[in-house]
Amino acid sequence: MHYAVADYVLDIAQNAVESGPSLVKVELDESAGGISVDISDDGSGMDAAGIERALDPFYSDGAKHPWRRVGLGLPFLAQGVEQAGGSLRIESEPDRGTTIRFRFPAEGPDVPPTGDLAQLILTLACMPGSHELVVHRKKGPPGPRLDYEISRTELAEALGGLERAESLLLLRDYLRSQEADDGMNSEGV
Amino acid sequence: MAKMTLEELRKLREGKKQELARREVEGKDIQIIVGMGTCGIAAGAKQTFDEILKHVEAHGLASQVVLRQTGCMGLCYVEPTVEVIAPGMPRVIYGKMTSDAAQELVEKHLIGKMLLNNHIFDRPAVDLMTPRAADGRKS
Repeated sequence: MHYAVADYVLDIAQNAVESGPSLVKVELDESAGGISVDISDDGSGMDAAGIERALDPFYSDGAKHPWRRVGLGLPFLAQGVEQAGGSLRIESEPDRGTTIRFRFPAEGPDVPPTGDLAQLILTLACMPGSHELVVHRKKGPPGPRLDYEISRTELAEALGGLERAESLLLLRDYLRSQEADDGMNSEGV
Repeated sequence: MAKMTLEELRKLREGKKQELARREVEGKDIQIIVGMGTCGIAAGAKQTFDEILKHVEAHGLASQVVLRQTGCMGLCYVEPTVEVIAPGMPRVIYGKMTSDAAQELVEKHLIGKMLLNNHIFDRPAVDLMTPRAADGRKS
């Protein structure tokens, strides 16, 4: 299984990007109850049988590697949320897209750490493809509130692309500044 | 740390652009591609990507490096995997590139122009990866 919640998000978001979407949306919401994640795309989607196959660790659609006999992304997530006492919901329709909703509780012996979300968002933004990616990040209460949104298209325009190391370093600093505690209390004052 | 605005980000980028324009970049970029499939993520590829960026910055190479990610390269047993295309060096895929090996990649391969012999792997050979038909013949 993956180590951190951020790793699950990256893995599932990659599925979304590879489904041929024009838009991928990621919602990350941390609160007292834990962390909730929604990943949605308007790509190829799946029917009910497809969803069942996607949860089978010994199934791969063969799109990337024709000889592969395992597909572990969603099975890893399903196992992780089950062990941690979280939840997972998959909604999908052929040619309409897919939404994966999962939640990890705040505490528990099998709850994975959240991980570095600034690093996660940078990696999400750098995924190759012609799609737009929007990430909406919320946190708190308790603790300082965060509420910001990034658009891959806007960032690419501001930075002249998302591949040169110089641009990635600026993006890293930008995202770290969004995640930093700016002294606002939990009431947003 | 004060929150940076998108406009401040644009201005910082404009400043960098002027420096970049002074250097002829055609064909001279160093390309580093990090595998970020399920197996790579599980093995720590996200941290490897971050560490490579950190060491590229520390050694003043940021204007010369293009850093990309891709999906699984087919070398799941030696993740994280990193492909390096650098002028004057053979194109190579490295395996077992944990975040510790990122510093070695920058200092030895990019700057020292020496291959990391303990990490060299490559794409699986085509004949090994060709699917076999039910009668055992390769298709």
